[in-house]
Amino acid sequence: MYSYSDFDEAFVRARVAQFSQQVERRLDGSLTEDEFRPLRLMNGLYLQLHAYMLRVAIPYGTVSPRQMRQLAYIADTWDKGYGHFTTRQNIQFNWPKLPDVPAILGALADVEMHAIQTSGNCVRNVTADHFAGAAADEIADPRPYAELLRQWSTDHPEFQFLPRKFKIAITGSPNDRAVTRAHDIGLRMVRNAAGEPGFEVIVGGGLGRTPMIGVTVRDFLPEADLLPYVEAVLSVYNTLGRRDNKYKARIKITVHETGKDAITEMIEARFAELRPLFGGNDQKLLAEIRDAFAPPAFRNAPVDAYDAFYKADPTFRSWADTNLTAHRNAQYAIVTISLKAHGQTPGDASSDQMRLMADLAERFGHGDLRISHEQNVILPHVHKSDLPTLHAALTKAGLATANVGLLSDIIACPGMDYCALATARSIPVAQELATHFEALKLEHEIGPLKIKISGCINACGHHHVGHIGILGLDRAGVENYQITLGGDGTEDAVIGEKTGPGFAYTEIVPAIERILRAYLDLRVEPSETFLQAFKRVGMEPFKLALYEAEGEKDAA
Amino acid sequence: MSRRFTPKIVTANRLREGDVVYLTADDLWSPLHHEAELIEDEAHAQMRLLHAAAQKLLVVGPYLADARSGPNGPEPTHFREEFRTRGPSNYHHGKQADLAS
Repeated sequence: MYSYSDFDEAFVRARVAQFSQQVERRLDGSLTEDEFRPLRLMNGLYLQLHAYMLRVAIPYGTVSPRQMRQLAYIADTWDKGYGHFTTRQNIQFNWPKLPDVPAILGALADVEMHAIQTSGNCVRNVTADHFAGAAADEIADPRPYAELLRQWSTDHPEFQFLPRKFKIAITGSPNDRAVTRAHDIGLRMVRNAAGEPGFEVIVGGGLGRTPMIGVTVRDFLPEADLLPYVEAVLSVYNTLGRRDNKYKARIKITVHETGKDAITEMIEARFAELRPLFGGNDQKLLAEIRDAFAPPAFRNAPVDAYDAFYKADPTFRSWADTNLTAHRNAQYAIVTISLKAHGQTPGDASSDQMRLMADLAERFGHGDLRISHEQNVILPHVHKSDLPTLHAALTKAGLATANVGLLSDIIACPGMDYCALATARSIPVAQELATHFEALKLEHEIGPLKIKISGCINACGHHHVGHIGILGLDRAGVENYQITLGGDGTEDAVIGEKTGPGFAYTEIVPAIERILRAYLDLRVEPSETFLQAFKRVGMEPFKLALYEAEGEKDAA
Repeated sequence: MSRRFTPKIVTANRLREGDVVYLTADDLWSPLHHEAELIEDEAHAQMRLLHAAAQKLLVVGPYLADARSGPNGPEPTHFREEFRTRGPSNYHHGKQADLAS
């Protein structure tokens, strides 16, 4: 994986020193909170409901065992022994104390990590397909491009005060696992007629209060043009984006108000100006970065042990069926470690679990770990013969839940249990959904299903693109949950449709059960997924199941 | 005819720890909601908020939150403020743990 250059190292250390002094000045009163707030946000430090929260960047979701152990050390030393992995592939610590934050940032710098640009109106952590470099369907590993974008966007003088935050996602596969269509810029690798790799460039997607699917401004961008083109998009947005109204400041509104054709023209015009200024150093740098992401030395060994174990052990088989994905090397598998044990908080890992995952990555996974935007941890390269031993070790640590892609593999934002912006809780809703359907033993019967929960309209829980989305709101001083159906975060991205009036906290789990029982009744065969069934029959049968039975008594 | 003033308390987070605190009648910051001063008058509420905002080395982001009088002192009226009195619902962390020990 990529190692910091002397420049990166010096930059991160300088920032730690700078912020340490800023914290000192805040604590001695030389800085007011109004002066300090933007400085702490630039370094990922929020003040939440019950405590401060530090958001640490995990660029393109790639983390080394050494880094994972350091995150565990930070959790034990300055927090409450756990960390929360987020939908932007970051990790958040929920209980740091302000005087300790400089030491935490120092500990992060020791392992080439930081919290820079995890907040504020700048280019945020670039996210990528969590199966990058391993997926069977991949054209090329997207992480070298993501690293190039990270270096280019870090402290970029022109883009430190954008109209609003800016999120870039990149995938190297035509099958989109990075939700590129719901990002400010989505980059999806495709091949042109000549078979050369390049990018479909999607601009102006986003969720939040005005959910929009991005528009394609370039069907095929040669990879050598990536940086000047992305800079052109940012440049046009920086000029046009609305600084007068926070709710209209994201690029999705700019694209919508300007129109696809007009904004495409402006981007192309700016690109024509910028392209000649890139003299090829970006490509030299990209080549160097690419070397850092060379594939591991794959082992060539028999996989009979795996096949035998798969046949013999039903628990292992069930886990293998849900938590493994095809690797481009047929002897290998991509392992998704579920951080969604039934009844636990989605995305949370204890320090012990983090250390174990680091050990397992070293023993069985070529030292590679990923964080997925679906809040799980990935071991991208595991030889199949090692899977039974790996599974046994995961089982002991409570990390072998066989539910990836199923009902209880829920995305949930921190919601009103932590977040100062939240209007309702999301974590307990996720916990209850998981335990309720586990008790009914319906999860495997229901099959592939993505439930996504947000605790406010900012949609950190991606509810708009959940097959079932749940949005927690404050309706007249009471928690109320709105349901959307039919959302999809893949390359065929769709924003879910609202079912109608929302449900009280105690009514939301029964409401989801009514939807899913209706689905089980109406599907043509067990292989027809919830999303396929919804696309076939539409909203009506589900509305009927939701509202007819209960006579709208809880409708708000 | 102006609307009747809803009683308020002053609440904020401690600068160093981030903990939720409440302004008491004798100018202290208490971790307990029921020890807060219940303010029944709008002008007095504004004075108390100004007083809180001046304590820049102790607290961050003071604001007025609705409250009502209860048997042991002021009680929150909104669920958000109720959550702030105890901590998150997924772990025994925050006030619910700190105050029990």
